Amino acid sequence: MSRLSSTDTAPSTADAAEAAAHAEAEALLGRAGSALGEALVGSHISAGELWLRVDRESWADLAGWLRDTEGFTFFSFLSAIDWMPSPFGRDMDSAVDNVLDPPEPKETLPTETGVSGGDTRFQLLARVSDVATGRSVIAKADLPDGDLRVQSWVPVYPGADWHEREAWEMFGITFDGHPGLRHIYLPGEFEGHPLRKDYPLLARRVKPWPGLVDVELMPTEPDETTGAEDGAE
Amino acid sequence: MTVTERQQLSYIAAQAADARVNLEIETEGMTLNIGPQHPATHGTLRIVAKLDGEQVVAADPVMGYMHRGYEKLAEVRTYPQVTTLINRIDWLGSFANEVPFILAAERLMEVEAPPRAQWIRTILFELSRIANITLFLGDMAVQVGAITPVFFAFRDREHVLNQIEAATGGRFHPNFDRIGGLKDDLPAGWIAETRRAMRKIRNFCDEIEELVEGNEIFQARTRGIGVIPPDVGLSYGLSGANIRASGVDWDVRRDSPCGLVHDQVDWKVWTHPDGDSFARFWVRLQETREATKIVDQLLDGIPPGPIMAKVPVIIKVPAGEAYVETENPLGVMGYYVVSKGDLNPFRVKIRSASFSNVSITPWLLKGVYVPDIITILGSLYFILGDIDR
Repeated sequence: MSRLSSTDTAPSTADAAEAAAHAEAEALLGRAGSALGEALVGSHISAGELWLRVDRESWADLAGWLRDTEGFTFFSFLSAIDWMPSPFGRDMDSAVDNVLDPPEPKETLPTETGVSGGDTRFQLLARVSDVATGRSVIAKADLPDGDLRVQSWVPVYPGADWHEREAWEMFGITFDGHPGLRHIYLPGEFEGHPLRKDYPLLARRVKPWPGLVDVELMPTEPDETTGAEDGAE
Repeated sequence: MTVTERQQLSYIAAQAADARVNLEIETEGMTLNIGPQHPATHGTLRIVAKLDGEQVVAADPVMGYMHRGYEKLAEVRTYPQVTTLINRIDWLGSFANEVPFILAAERLMEVEAPPRAQWIRTILFELSRIANITLFLGDMAVQVGAITPVFFAFRDREHVLNQIEAATGGRFHPNFDRIGGLKDDLPAGWIAETRRAMRKIRNFCDEIEELVEGNEIFQARTRGIGVIPPDVGLSYGLSGANIRASGVDWDVRRDSPCGLVHDQVDWKVWTHPDGDSFARFWVRLQETREATKIVDQLLDGIPPGPIMAKVPVIIKVPAGEAYVETENPLGVMGYYVVSKGDLNPFRVKIRSASFSNVSITPWLLKGVYVPDIITILGSLYFILGDIDR
C-alpha cells in the first residue's frame, strides 16, 4: 500500500484543549479589537468558539481581515437569523386558518437576540475556519429593517456565492457586489421569503401536525426524570 | 501552474487558433442540459452547460428540485422530532446526520452522553461512513463505464446495512440518536457480526483496488482531470475527502473532536497531493479501510454502563446558541442551533457538506470536455438531499 501522506492522531485531554482554545479565542478577540476598532460592536466566547459582531459597513472588511491577516481560509457557511418571535406562536400547529380567521392577538413577546447581542430584527451569520490550526470565528452583523442590504463576501470567499443567493431568497437580504442574485432553491416566480418568521408554514394550515399532541408519558414511565423521550413519537 | 490552469490556457490558445478558421466557418455555442434525471447526478441535479464544440464554456448547476425546507420545518418540531427530518439529508449515511445536531442540543443543555453511548455512537457514525463511501467506490467506476464494481458495492454495503439495522431497526433512517445517549443498547452477538462485516468491507476495498484503481482506462479518465488547488478548494468551502485529496491535512475527527471518541483509537488521516478526480477516489478508498480499523478498535473497548444520561422526558433546551460540526461521510456537516428555552429550536442553520462541495462546479467545469463533466461530478461525490436539504 502506498503511503503518500499520513498523520498519526495525537491523544489529547479535552479539558486542556478547551482551555487552550479559550485562550486562543481571547487573543484573537484582542487583535480583532485593535484591527476593527469602533466597528466591533459585540463579542462572545463559549466552548472555544469566538463570536464577533460588527456593524454593517464593516461586514466585507471583516471578511478581508479574517482571511488575509488571520488566515481563516476555509469558508464554512453564511446565513441569517430572523429574531422576531413568530406571530403565529403555537397556532402554527392548529387546523384553523390564521390569515382568513385571525385568532385573538396574543401578548407580543419581546424580541430577544442571542449571544454577542443585537439591535435589529435581521442578523447576518457566517462562519470561517483556519484548517491549519482548527480555529474558527462566527461573524454576525445587524441589518436595519428598512434597508436589508450589505456588501457581498464573494470577492473574498467565492464560496459565499450560493450561500448569499440562499440568504437573499430566504430572508430578502440584498448583497451588493454579488455576481448574480437569483433564486437557488425556489422557482423563479416564488413570492415571499420563507425563512422569515412572519411567513406562515402553509402545510400546517392544511393539516394539523399530529406529533405535538402526542407528547405524553409512556404508560411504563414512572416519573419525569427517567431517560427516554419516546412519548414524542 | 495547475493542470486546470493549463487546461484553461490551452483552451484559450485553441480558441485563438480557431478564430482565424471561424472567419469562414462560423460555429455557434450550444447549450447542453444534463439532468435533472441523469444517472450521474445522484438524484435531481441539473447542469446547464454552454458548450463550444466538446468543451464547456460555462456550467451552471440548477438545484432545488428536492428542496424540503428542513430549516423551516425544524422550527415547528420538538427537539427529538427534528432527528427524523435530518435523517433524510444525506440518506446514505443517515445516522451521521443526527450526531452533530444531537451534540449541539447536548451542549446547550450541558448534558453529556455516558461513555458507552459515546462509543456506540462513534461506531454507528463510522458504519454510516462505510455504507456511504462503499457505494461511491462502486459508483465512480460506473462513471467511466465499468458496470461490475457497483454490483460489488451494493452486495458488500448490505453487510454494513444489516448491522445498522440490527442495532437501530432502520436500514436507512435509524433515528436512533437521542439527547443524552442512544435509544437502545446493542443486541446480543452484534459485535462479532460487525467484525465479520468489517472483514468483508476490507476485502471489498482490495477488490476495488484491483479492479478499478490500477485500471488503465480508469486512470486515463481521472488522472489530471478536475484539479482543485487547495486554496481554491478552501475558499469555496470544500471539505472532507474532496479537500484532503488536494493535500490539505484537515479532519474534524482529529482536529476539533467533539462528543465522539475518535481520540481513543489509533488511526490516521489520508491525504493526496494531486487534487484530481483520481486523488478524490484514492483518498476515499483509504478512508473506508481506515474506518473499518476504527470500528474494529472501538468494538474491542466498548465500556460498560448506561446508554442514557438523566434527561427529562419532555425536553426543553435552555436559551443559547451552539454550533457543532463533525466529519460526516460527505464532508464537514454542522448545525447552528438557536434556542429560546422552548420545546422547539428557534432557528436551525444546517451546514451541509455537498452544498459547498458542489458550489465549486461553475469554476471547476470551465474548459473541461463533456465526458469529463460526469467523472468530475462523480468524484466530487454529493448526495442531492445534502445539497437541497
